[in-house]
Order: sequence, then C-alpha cells, then structure tokens
Amino acid sequence: MNISVELQTIAELHIKGLIGGEIDAFTAPILREKLAEVTLQDNIHVELNLQDVSYMDSTGLGVFVGFYKSVIAANGHMELTGLSSRLKRLFDITGLVEIMDIQARDEEVKIDETV
Amino acid sequence: MPQEFKRQYREILEQYTQRQTEHNLYEGQNFSRQLIQKNISPEEVISIHKASLEELMPELPNNVWHSFDLLIEVMIRYGLALKEHQTLIKKQENFRMEMELASNVQQTLLKTKVPEMNSLDIGMISVPAKEMNGDYTHFLNDDTTVGIAVADVIGKGIPAALCMSMIKYGMDSLNGAETEPIVVLDVINRIVEKSVSDSMFISMFYGTYDTSTSVFTYASAGHEPPLFYCAKSNSFSELQAKGLLLGVIPNVKYEQHSISLGKDDFVVMMTDGVTECRSKEGFIDQKTVMDIIESVRDQSAQDMVEYVFHKLEELQEFEQRDDFTLVIFKKK
Repeated sequence: MNISVELQTIAELHIKGLIGGEIDAFTAPILREKLAEVTLQDNIHVELNLQDVSYMDSTGLGVFVGFYKSVIAANGHMELTGLSSRLKRLFDITGLVEIMDIQARDEEVKIDETV
Repeated sequence: MPQEFKRQYREILEQYTQRQTEHNLYEGQNFSRQLIQKNISPEEVISIHKASLEELMPELPNNVWHSFDLLIEVMIRYGLALKEHQTLIKKQENFRMEMELASNVQQTLLKTKVPEMNSLDIGMISVPAKEMNGDYTHFLNDDTTVGIAVADVIGKGIPAALCMSMIKYGMDSLNGAETEPIVVLDVINRIVEKSVSDSMFISMFYGTYDTSTSVFTYASAGHEPPLFYCAKSNSFSELQAKGLLLGVIPNVKYEQHSISLGKDDFVVMMTDGVTECRSKEGFIDQKTVMDIIESVRDQSAQDMVEYVFHKLEELQEFEQRDDFTLVIFKKK
C-alpha cells in the first residue's frame, strides 16, 4: 500500500508529475495533498504521468477529477499520460475521457515491459 | 479507596524489599492494573510509594525524601497526559456510537423494496465494506414498469451517505417508473452538480424494464456497464452507454439504448466493487465473473446474486475492499 508522487517544474507554467504505486482510499489523500501544492496560475499546463500506477480505484479517480476542475477553473490544462489499459478503461467507462486530455500508454512501452 | 491501596502497596513493597522474587515482582504488576482501572495518576502512585517507605524505613536520610517530592513534580505532566488520553477514548467511543446511529438512519432512510413483478425475477445484494455504504440502489415501479438505479458515490463515509440522500430525493421528485433513463440522469446530474464538493462524484446506471413489451431501456452516467446474458446464444455482452459521471459539469448528453429480453435472458447490474475484485494472484477478470454467474444461471435471481457475492468473497479471501452491489433482472 504505497504511492509515490514527484512534481517538477520544468518550465514557466509547465509542471510535470510522475505518479507511481497504488491509488486507493488509503493513498488518495496523499496524492490530493501533493497536487494541492501546485500553484495554479493562469494558463498553467500540468502533465501527470501515470505509467507506474499499478492500481487505482474510484477514490483515485475522484482526486483527478477534483484536480482537473481546479486546473480548468484557473484556465489551465491538465494532461494524463502513460495510462495502462486497465486505468484507461476506468476513464473510458466514467466518460472522463471525453472531457479530459488522456493519453494511454504507447504500444512500444507495452512491448518493452514484456521483454 | 486510596487508603486501601496504600495498605496493599505497603505490603507488596515490604515483601519485595525483603525478598526479590519473581512472584513478589508479579504482585506489583497486578497492582498496577488495579491502579489504572481506578484512574490513579502516576504522581499519586509515587506519593503512595513515599508514604509506604516512611512507614517501612523511617530512618532514611532527608535528601531521599526530598528527591521524592521532585519526582512527584516531574510526574504531574504524565498524569495530565493520561487524563487527556482517557477523555479521547471516551470521545472516540461517542463517535463510534454516533456513526452506528448514522449508519442505521441511512439504512432506514435509503431503504428500497425489491418489487414483485409478474414476468420479471429480481435479485439484489448490497454489502458495504465499512459501516456506511457508498453504493446505492433504488427501485421505482408501477404495475407494468420497474425502474432501477444503481449508483456508486465516489468518496466514502458520511459525505457519501449524505450525497445518496440527494439521489433519493431527486428520484422521488420524478414521475414514477416510466420516466426515461436520460431524463432521470439529467435531473440528478443537475441536482448533484450544484451541491457537491469538487472531489465527490457519482457514477450511476439507470434502467427501466417494461413487462408489457419485455424491453429494457437504459442510460449510464459513467457507471460500470451491466452484463447482458442471452440464453439463446449462451453468451454475455456489455451494455455500453456513453455518459459522464454525475456532478462534474452541468450539461451532459447521455446516450439511451434499449434491448429486448427473451425468456431466461438476464441483465446484471453492478458497482466496481464487483469488477475491481482482487485476489492474491491479481485482478479477478471479467471472464471469471461471467463464468461464476453463468454457472448458476438456472437459479432464481436472488440466489444468483448471493452465490456470486459469496464466490467472489471466497476468491478475495474474505477481504472486501470496496462496497459491493449486484442486481439481476431476469425474464421469467
């Protein structure tokens, strides 16, 4: 039951985050707190890489939706990348894929994994 | 009472100073249990010790007696910390009782009755992972039509429970079972969107079954797609319907679809407590869930849902992580 969240400012108004581990009812508050540290300025671009997330339940989904709403309120843009097919399914079912910028994991990455 | 403790302690001390045996030491341990039970503070214990020594060894030098006074002073903080701890335990107990009460109120308030229909067999099971259930099921029915809502409030505990009351009152404000699924979702989305905090959302499936035409009409707001079992072809398919979670944005277009049920066909509606089951070896996949359901397809809808719950509980080694809800509509 662990989670890792690393946020990095790579340019002005551009933040990259790398999230790994499990996002469930126990770890979601940690993620929420970490994301709350991001200063949401006008036109901010936040890119969150979820390629190392092995599990996420609906509580985790709630954190991203909450964060998405605050980013939008700040005229910003949120992008989720590196989603496994399992995670992608969660965003598909919930219809969030229609309103959020979501990139599933590349096929290449998948092949890499099996090697 | 302290007088009695003093006497007892003096005896134990006397015995131990004469003979340092395990047994005499053990007496001291037992005694401390009594002290804790009676809320005797650490500094009082030292006072008792000092008083007993005065009786047993009055010849001790003065500086030893003074040292006890210092020790008593030092221990006073510990005594306060102990009192605080006891108050917290009491408070916690009160909270626990209130939670229990709230959970009972929730159950009464949100109770839904599984309707009895002529040509439709309905089975339902909903088991919370914690005291408060984040899953919600509600039936609306008249003589020919039955409406079913299966919802999962994202976010758990008390806020989730309050949120469910909103769904309930939203549904009660509708014109009964014949309201179209997309209308139901639209109405509830507007209620929820206005009143919910930013990180709380609801996924909800709504379907109506018309017994006069055997048609099941449904729409989904970001909910786990139900499974449709066709008896003729002995196969499962997902009932997909696009639509965003409730409470994210105010104007959402929901898709509405319908399907005709033949004899022994059934629809399995569920929450992600069913699809997100995990065993030691990893996720329990959809195929496994389908196989379990299929193995009991000849039983009554209620027996089916109960069997699936117990089977999945077993596979997860009885460690239920999420609320679990399963509803089956089976055409007789």
